[in-house]
Amino acid sequence: MKAVTGNRLCDGAVVYLKDDDQWTVHIAEAAPFQNDDSEAVLKAAQTRVGEITEAYLIDIADDGAPSGRQALRETIRTAGPTVRVDLGVQAGGIR
Amino acid sequence: MPLLKLHGNDLSPALEEPLHEVTLDDWRENPTAHTDATALVLPNAQSLSDIKCDLNGFSVVILEFPTFKDGRAYSQARLLRQRYGYTGEIRARGNVLRDQLWFMARCGVNAFEFSAENANDAKTALQEFSYAYQSCADKRAPVWRRRFDRSVAA
Amino acid sequence: MYRYDEFDATMVAERAAQFRGQVARRLSGELTEDEFKPLRLMNGLYLQLHAYMLRVAVPYGTLSSRQMRKLAHIARTYDKGYGHFTTRQNIQFNWPALVDVPDILDELASVEMHAIQTSGNCIRNVTSDQYAGAAAGEVEDPRIWSEVIRQWSTFHPEFSFLPRKFKIAVTASDTDRAAVKVHDIGLRIHKNAQGEIGFEVIVGGGLGRTPYIGHTIRNFLPKAHLLSYLEAILRVYNLEGRRDNLYKARIKILLNVEGAEKFATMVEKEWAAIRDSDVDLPAEEIARIRDYFALPDFEDLSATDDAFEKARTKDKDFARWVRINTAAHKRSGYSIVNISLKPVSGIPGDISDTQMEAVAGIAEQYSFDEIRATHEQNLVLPHVRQDDLYAVWKALDAHGLATANIGLVSDIIACPGLDYCALANTRSIPIAQRISERFAALGGEEEIGELKIKISGCINACGHHHVGHIGILGVDKKGEEFYQITLGGSGAEDASIGEIVGRGLSSGDVVDAVEQLVQFYLKTRQNKERFLDTYRRLGAEPFKEALYAAA
Ligand code: SF4
Repeated sequence: MKAVTGNRLCDGAVVYLKDDDQWTVHIAEAAPFQNDDSEAVLKAAQTRVGEITEAYLIDIADDGAPSGRQALRETIRTAGPTVRVDLGVQAGGIR
Repeated sequence: MPLLKLHGNDLSPALEEPLHEVTLDDWRENPTAHTDATALVLPNAQSLSDIKCDLNGFSVVILEFPTFKDGRAYSQARLLRQRYGYTGEIRARGNVLRDQLWFMARCGVNAFEFSAENANDAKTALQEFSYAYQSCADKRAPVWRRRFDRSVAA
Repeated sequence: MYRYDEFDATMVAERAAQFRGQVARRLSGELTEDEFKPLRLMNGLYLQLHAYMLRVAVPYGTLSSRQMRKLAHIARTYDKGYGHFTTRQNIQFNWPALVDVPDILDELASVEMHAIQTSGNCIRNVTSDQYAGAAAGEVEDPRIWSEVIRQWSTFHPEFSFLPRKFKIAVTASDTDRAAVKVHDIGLRIHKNAQGEIGFEVIVGGGLGRTPYIGHTIRNFLPKAHLLSYLEAILRVYNLEGRRDNLYKARIKILLNVEGAEKFATMVEKEWAAIRDSDVDLPAEEIARIRDYFALPDFEDLSATDDAFEKARTKDKDFARWVRINTAAHKRSGYSIVNISLKPVSGIPGDISDTQMEAVAGIAEQYSFDEIRATHEQNLVLPHVRQDDLYAVWKALDAHGLATANIGLVSDIIACPGLDYCALANTRSIPIAQRISERFAALGGEEEIGELKIKISGCINACGHHHVGHIGILGVDKKGEEFYQITLGGSGAEDASIGEIVGRGLSSGDVVDAVEQLVQFYLKTRQNKERFLDTYRRLGAEPFKEALYAAA
């Protein structure tokens, strides 16, 4: 499964595309896409240049957590620095 | 894609007059086949050593800016002006963006095939900076000279 | 230190205004991200793993207290209460919002600072010796020439779109604290046989994927010709450097393909055509800049101070800190104080807003208002009276800034790595933290002596691992973090590129491996030689064996 991610233009926060086509900072709320459908969804997301930047696809597992080769990177990216657990989404600091 | 030309400090839209273009290599290979050529096209990889004689008779030299990142033509422009004494038009072609015009103009480019529509933007871009630290191919006095002139005047 | 006049101030203010316009055009949708990205990069604004990152230039590492306070203010107001000093003497903020960056640039401009050319394929912020103007034995203050280069390279119309980034470092001491041999251009100020002062010009050093030690292309360049000579090098590079392959685009590749001699000939030929043009500054302008770097009003002090000696005898921790963290000053009765940003378990180079305020206050009171950032991610108070050292130590200690480990095993350079950096393969910071914890538990750091550990989270080598006595490079193996060890590197006057020893280690094994290497060194060293010297004497083999005994 895939999810669409990018960075919010105004503040750079890591966001994911939800079912309702809105963006969320919580990966748990990301809409899962079948691998075949995901490219088209990404294409559409990439046109939303006024909202986000650098959109791409990530692999997610059934429970919605990052998976595959980039799992560690995407886990840190969604949560925040492992050396500053007081910062980032993991600390509830970003909405 | 308007053609803009610089006269002194004034940048204004110019009429597209038809040019007869020839690359330096073609020109050198067979000058008689290009006797009516008016514009010399210099690719980025073109070495400019020995170019002085070739410049005679051309009123326009066209330099290429293929991408934002490729900066070879800045050196070429400067060499044409400062080393080879070329005083005609140097025209920038390719990816000619608003935020590069200032650098191009300083290196001696005085005509632009501007990539965006709005010529007023280009005008504004050239007015964003009042001073420059270095001497270059434009007439602008570098800051060190202004400092010096001011201290002499004081 | 240098102060802006109205020309400098106008240029920085106009640049901030220009960027404000560019941000507005991006937010309004007039600019696409593809168009905007090179513009934001030219103003030091990256998009990192979690957020934007703003890299602020600290030209040649020199800061005033007022500037440090402004950095604290920015950290507090626009970021998350801290900043990170980098291996290029700059400071990075990790969480600024794009919409705030124009305001941040205005704030910076108000204290003569900016983020110009801290990124992009241009001449980057020039770096220098953190002891400049204070070091015993320096030929002259390298910051005079660093400032000359700063002005010349700022918005250079010809050299703003080079094949790749371009880094220049300047030193004027025999001990090279600026790593001039691993820069695109390294300048070493020295005296020739006639007693004249000029530059040794070293070109084509660099780290990254293909590390090289630079080549001297000119032994002695008279000072007056510095800028025309630099311009000649840059022009050859701009026209001839490769642009088709990102990894072959640095000047070091051009120089090594052409050969140092041929490259030097190309430069000399170009220089002959421009050396008498008006690229070089007139003597008046150099003198004007030089005046800003006049020595502060030092007092005539005796070399020893009774109270200081007493404090040293009385307080062992203070004595240790003095031994390890202070260096000889050119004036008797003064010392250079190093402030370590590497506490045990800390994040190398990180500093909180309150610590910045504290350093600003201490510098104001005790160091003629001057602070330096070092490429080893520490800070320096360049001019402290010996009889003030005890008070300075106390004040630093109150803010967790008195760790005594400069040059020792826990004074580790680490790049941000996968905790922050979008390009990373692995994390760097946790490795640094665990090494420092391990050696803190073992004790005896001072006994181990000078040992430079440098960690990069990917082959870009921002953590300078190639020139670490022990270098650690993070590599990704099927999504897992692995670390490759290099040994025997140095970025100083005895520069060398470390050799890779063996296969990668898991993050669990890498700390043990470092300990094993150090134990082996302690067993085999002769006459208190450094780790690096033992390695050079014995070669890689015995160290490899020691490493595999651990892994
Ligand atoms: S070395 Fe790699 S991981 Fe570390 S900061 Fe540089 S690019 Fe990022």
